[in-house]
Amino acid sequence: MALKALDIFKLLPKTNCKKCGCPTCLAFAMKLTTQKATLDECPDVSEDAKAQLSGAAAPPIRLVAIGAGAAKIEIGGETVMFRHEESFYHPPGIGVVLPDNLDEDDLRARIAAVKALSFVRVGMRIGVTVVGVENVSGDAAAFASTVKAVASLELPMVLIARQAAHAEAALAECAAARPLIHAATDADWQEYVRVAKSAKCPLAVTGPDLDSVAALAVQVRKAGIEDIVLDLGAGSIAAGVEAMTAARRLALKRKADGVGFPCMAVVREPDPYQNVSDCCAYVAKYAGIVLTPLSGPEQIAPILTLSQNLYTDPRKPVQVEAKLYSVGAVTPQSPLLVTTNFSLTYYTVQSEVEASRVPTYIGVIDTEGTSVLTAFAADKLSSEKVAAFLMSAEVSEAVSHRKVIIPGYVAAMSGSLNEDSGWEVLVGPREASALSKYLKTVWQDT
Amino acid sequence: MTLLDTAKERWSGTISTLTIGADAAAGGTRKSVVTVGGAGGLPFAPFDGAPPHSIAVAMEVWDCPPEDWPRSLADALGDVVASPAEWAKACVEKWGADLICLRLASTHPDQGDASPQEAAATVRSVLEAVDVPLIIWGCDLPDKDNLVLSVCSQAAAGERCLLGTVTEDNYKTLVASCLADGHCLIGLSPIDINIAKQVNVLVTDMGFPLDRLVMYQTTGALGYGLEYTYSIQERGRLAALGNDRLMGVPVICMVGQEAWRAKEARATSEELPGWGDEGERGVYWEIATATALLQAGSDILVMRHPKAAQALKTTIDRLTTV
Ligand code: SF4
Repeated sequence: MALKALDIFKLLPKTNCKKCGCPTCLAFAMKLTTQKATLDECPDVSEDAKAQLSGAAAPPIRLVAIGAGAAKIEIGGETVMFRHEESFYHPPGIGVVLPDNLDEDDLRARIAAVKALSFVRVGMRIGVTVVGVENVSGDAAAFASTVKAVASLELPMVLIARQAAHAEAALAECAAARPLIHAATDADWQEYVRVAKSAKCPLAVTGPDLDSVAALAVQVRKAGIEDIVLDLGAGSIAAGVEAMTAARRLALKRKADGVGFPCMAVVREPDPYQNVSDCCAYVAKYAGIVLTPLSGPEQIAPILTLSQNLYTDPRKPVQVEAKLYSVGAVTPQSPLLVTTNFSLTYYTVQSEVEASRVPTYIGVIDTEGTSVLTAFAADKLSSEKVAAFLMSAEVSEAVSHRKVIIPGYVAAMSGSLNEDSGWEVLVGPREASALSKYLKTVWQDT
Repeated sequence: MTLLDTAKERWSGTISTLTIGADAAAGGTRKSVVTVGGAGGLPFAPFDGAPPHSIAVAMEVWDCPPEDWPRSLADALGDVVASPAEWAKACVEKWGADLICLRLASTHPDQGDASPQEAAATVRSVLEAVDVPLIIWGCDLPDKDNLVLSVCSQAAAGERCLLGTVTEDNYKTLVASCLADGHCLIGLSPIDINIAKQVNVLVTDMGFPLDRLVMYQTTGALGYGLEYTYSIQERGRLAALGNDRLMGVPVICMVGQEAWRAKEARATSEELPGWGDEGERGVYWEIATATALLQAGSDILVMRHPKAAQALKTTIDRLTTV
């Protein structure tokens, strides 16, 4: 279990010399507790302190890097059971697993399909972050050549080998890319350890249940592998979710051995709806890697979106920049809406405006990332603020009319906004979902 | 002792057990009833103690044909939307819904302003068409709901329906009706755990039994605030397990309603190129929203697309059979 910041602080030099980049030793200690810094960033820490901290300050769940270079992902390193307690920090690697028995054209097409799994939503690009290759052929050469072709995606790879020797053959093509080797079992773990050690790659361990997987992880670590991933997805989805939930609690609260590693699952359920729902269950319940054979954008986008949602830091409302935005081919006569800079509010409004196909300006007011109702109640969306925005150069350069549409929930500010700004104030709908209709009907009639 | 035994947490509270629908023995006419709640641990963590009841899948039925539902959803439902009774029948007989969520949309002044008597006639027709329990949902205008739902409550007296919604500002009329007619109630509180509790306090202070209450903390669709709903439901479940009795109330999620508002579910292929098959995209969006909220601790999920509802039933079975 992780030490408290104060306990760590007692072991630091307490000179506040700032060489670690933190203003004080205490600040550095706090970063250590949340795994946002490592002890070697303090050049002056004593050997004695190092010895004491290296064991105790080891995170309850190890942070494991898969891949190399720009696309490298880090999984694990989580500190809580529930995102509201703090935050989830390291989103799972989500990706497609490709078999090694495809002919060249098929493989090329599947690789292209994986490459296309990239989407922009709420101003962020989300896409698959890992790719698996599965040795279904049972043949080492076929595995190695498929791995070589898939490596062109430059995504962190998971090598799902039939036996350690096949992983070794594939690693000849890609060891520098630091793929995750999958998976050591009770029967063959020594071989896998030898291969993973010589290639300096992380290793997944698997087994029929949590106890066997954890016991194997302990053995593998004793044999010198630190970067371990627990594959707990070998059984039913019910067993997998239960095991991952238990592993998280055991690692954080019970100091159990062999569970302090990120978890993963390869979701093999043949029914595509069930497959996607299993992937979502694993994203919600603690997986560090989720692989699926599916590669339809309509199947992958929801899984990626769920990860984007749940790994948002609940302590920081996501904000967009407060300024004038335009949607579509706007002219100086286009309507102007105002809303808040809470990301969810803005993007909901933006997507409804897009759907209406009415070119529109959206004025975003800085409400410190609060929604319309909260902002209005806390005086963060006041008529003075909106008036100041309407009279700004930014607006007068873009818009020739003087009509502003305010959210229905702040209808109460109409009068004062009209007085403060001289603009005609139109009260829009309360819910963004009614905006499209509003722009197409009410606005067109004004 | 296995690791699962070691992981077990001893919680002091449980979620209350709620039965919707009354069979002949209970004075109603339902052939099947729905019992949810009773959990004494985290969702899908049977090492904490397996929950005694499953999770219910409801399907939405409107009392008037919905106007702006996207093609992939409207096509899947087909002609049945013209008649609430036929629609409800299809949900139960073809698509396997555990219960029906009848939305009295036409009672809204902008949607036809149907009278309480017309609404009550619709309720009767649906009760006659199917023998599963009924959720009766107003038009979310407090004054109109008070008029409409009290008449519907009487029309369905003894059937132990689930009526909603009440809020901290508007609950007295409906609480009195549901007490008199033996129904259950949905308390609405938008993403605020204190308000959720406050609603439960106000309603139970009127003598309404806690084990006939459901919480609706509003639902955020995948990509549109799902994480807020997710965390509110987790916090609610933890409060209940920590023996806060007034938070130990089953949770309902309006999954279909929210998922089908998302651009990713509605947009045509021309509007959203690269996002995949238009006919399936919304189904996946609805399934993903539902399966995520299952993990946060949901007891009744209200779905729209037949394929999504059927898939969710399978998912629940698979998640509860280790
Ligand atoms: S480098 Fe070490 S001694 Fe200097 S402020 Fe940071 S923690 Fe303290």
